[in-house]
Amino acid sequence: MDIIVCVKHVPETAEAELKIDATGKGIEKSGLVFDINEWDDYALEEAVRIKEKFGGTVTAITVGSEDSDSTLRKCLARGADKAIRLTDPKFAGSDAYATAKILYNAIKNMRFDIILTGAQAGDDGSAVVGPVLAEFLKIPHATMVKKIEFADGKAIVNRELEGGLEERLEVKLPALFTIQTGINEPRYVSIMGIRKAMQKEIKVMGLADIGLGENEVGEAGSWLTIERLYVPPVEKQAEFLTGSPDEIASKIVEILKSKGLI
Amino acid sequence: MAEIFVLAEHRQGQLRDITFEMLTKAREIAEKTNAGLTTVLLGKNVRELAKTLAEYSPKVLLVEDGKLENFNSEAYQKVLSHLITQRKPVLTIIGHTSYGVELAPRLAAALNVPLATDCIDFGFEGEAFTVTRQMYGGKVNAKAVLRKSESYMVTVRQAAFQAQKPSVPINGQIEEIPSPLTEEITSKRFLEYVLPPPGGVDITAADVLVGIGRGIKDQSNIPMVEELAKSLGGVLACSRPIVDKGWLPSDRQVGTSGKTVKPKLYLALGISGAFQHVLGMKNSDLIIAVNKDPKAPIFSFSDYGVVEDLFKIVPVLKNKINELKAQKSS
Ligand SMILES: Cc1cc2nc3c(=O)[nH]c(=O)nc-3n(C[C@H](O)[C@H](O)[C@H](O)COP(=O)(O)OP(=O)(O)OC[C@H]3O[C@@H](n4cnc5c(N)ncnc54)[C@H](O)[C@@H]3O)c2cc1C
Ligand SMILES: Cc1cc2nc3c(=O)[nH]c(=O)nc-3n(C[C@H](O)[C@H](O)[C@H](O)COP(=O)(O)OP(=O)(O)OC[C@H]3O[C@@H](n4cnc5c(N)ncnc54)[C@H](O)[C@@H]3O)c2cc1C
Repeated sequence: MDIIVCVKHVPETAEAELKIDATGKGIEKSGLVFDINEWDDYALEEAVRIKEKFGGTVTAITVGSEDSDSTLRKCLARGADKAIRLTDPKFAGSDAYATAKILYNAIKNMRFDIILTGAQAGDDGSAVVGPVLAEFLKIPHATMVKKIEFADGKAIVNRELEGGLEERLEVKLPALFTIQTGINEPRYVSIMGIRKAMQKEIKVMGLADIGLGENEVGEAGSWLTIERLYVPPVEKQAEFLTGSPDEIASKIVEILKSKGLI
Repeated sequence: MAEIFVLAEHRQGQLRDITFEMLTKAREIAEKTNAGLTTVLLGKNVRELAKTLAEYSPKVLLVEDGKLENFNSEAYQKVLSHLITQRKPVLTIIGHTSYGVELAPRLAAALNVPLATDCIDFGFEGEAFTVTRQMYGGKVNAKAVLRKSESYMVTVRQAAFQAQKPSVPINGQIEEIPSPLTEEITSKRFLEYVLPPPGGVDITAADVLVGIGRGIKDQSNIPMVEELAKSLGGVLACSRPIVDKGWLPSDRQVGTSGKTVKPKLYLALGISGAFQHVLGMKNSDLIIAVNKDPKAPIFSFSDYGVVEDLFKIVPVLKNKINELKAQKSS
């Protein structure tokens, strides 16, 4: 099975202090640690497991700047055979729709049985790239997939619905699946693996290489333009309990006592 | 007259909450822009649902077909493409749910209708159609504008709008449209629903929940919080990553893809407060959150907040509670 995995290099922001940049349309990226998008980590692992079981190849592909190489190297170390980076100054300002177009033009002449993407990216989180890419390629898709099996040239997948419910679907191949977290347990990479991956080639392609026009990508080729970013208004501001850990614990105990909880 | 479409979402014979949330927002936009509001209902034997929808929407377009019995995005896409091409709604509203995520992006791309997903607000502003959506796990809101078009599409976050019945009763008209589906859909077929495994612990029944998130760092730290939960007479619950890692079973997960809980106390430890989690616990009577990041979104849903390392708070808190209990019983 030949598998293509779309991966995105994203900033880790759960614990970071975010600052809106001078343009008001982005965040300050300096000082943030970037890594493979959480969902893509599971997608890559799933691809490698399928390859290990059925043979074939895994190709990791990203749209991003040179910085994304660290994410591609991680994929190579984890078991991807090839890595492709799509980079061009004209790609700047591309939203999810334009990103899917870029990926489509790079992928359409490649051989594959399945394409895996994350269910969503942790930063923009639009959950759009995968299904749009499937539409461009005219192949079936399923989103938020938590299990993949194969039978008679078809895939049987479990999709996540709400509240713990799932549905089972039968999907003809070739197909695209967007992967939900928890589908597997991504493996750790050994130092050796990373060292070996440093020597592997990352193929770089730009706008002209994939045969797209300037106004099909970037802001001109996008659905969405960001006007401004702002800090969300609070629904219910917590009253902060301050002091030493001992004092804070005492305050919590008082609150619980007053509510009759202890 | 311009028309706004709302796609009714239903499963196993029930209309889902998101449908009424979308209809509430759609009514507001329709009034403001003098547009007509049309609910689109696709299914099989769903006339009863159409009647309910007609209490919320002046028009209901009903398409019934055996191929629409269970949700299948390819069948839905074919029918909606047909309806949108024919009637040219200025706006199509779909839920940002598991079904909506499967359907909307591909439908929008096929029709070349600009789409914004997971919106918490949206509307026409003069010539422009603008949306508000969240980024970076809810730490930042983005106001964005969609490329100018005759037709737009949005998917709407669950619980972003509060469902309300129309103030004046609507006795909507149900219009049945013959199904445009001619062939069986073979590329993707629904097989069955898979229920979650029966759980050992029912977190929805507990008065006290200690909810842990990725801030717990390692599985080896779980006994420590388990003891705290015991001292409080409660049980452990968690955010999704804890289940994904296999540290706690899935019946402990709080949120949109887990359980909705409403305990007397929810003590959130090392949980950032992503909306998928918050939707499952924000109606708890008392919420206390411990998180070392003062900007963590969880604090805007909590009654009390503690900006500290949870590992400094948990042991002291547990001792104090145990001391108090010892005093009481002696
Ligand atoms: C108006 C706007 C302007 C933007 N401008 C820029 C910019 O100037 N520079 C910039 O770097 N980013 C920019 N972005 C973000 C970038 O374009 C995103 O990668 C793109 O929007 C994808 O959307 P998403 O992250 O919501 O992906 P989702 O649809 O949520 O992602 C789902 C999956 O698609 C795949 N995927 C997503 N993005 C990529 C990618 N880049 N490469 C490979 N696979 C991918 C992954 O598998 C991912 O898990 C912009 C976004 C918007 C909305
Ligand atoms: C379709 C879909 C469905 C989903 N369903 C759910 C769901 O049902 N439930 C759910 O929870 N999530 C769900 N998610 C995932 C959700 O988007 C978030 O990724 C998740 O809730 C984040 O979990 P977290 O808060 O534990 O982790 P993070 O966001 O990583 O936050 C960890 C927090 O811990 C804090 N922290 C770290 N160390 C310490 C310390 N020592 N002391 C104190 N604080 C510390 C950090 O500051 C941070 O705020 C879903 C996502 C998708 C796409």
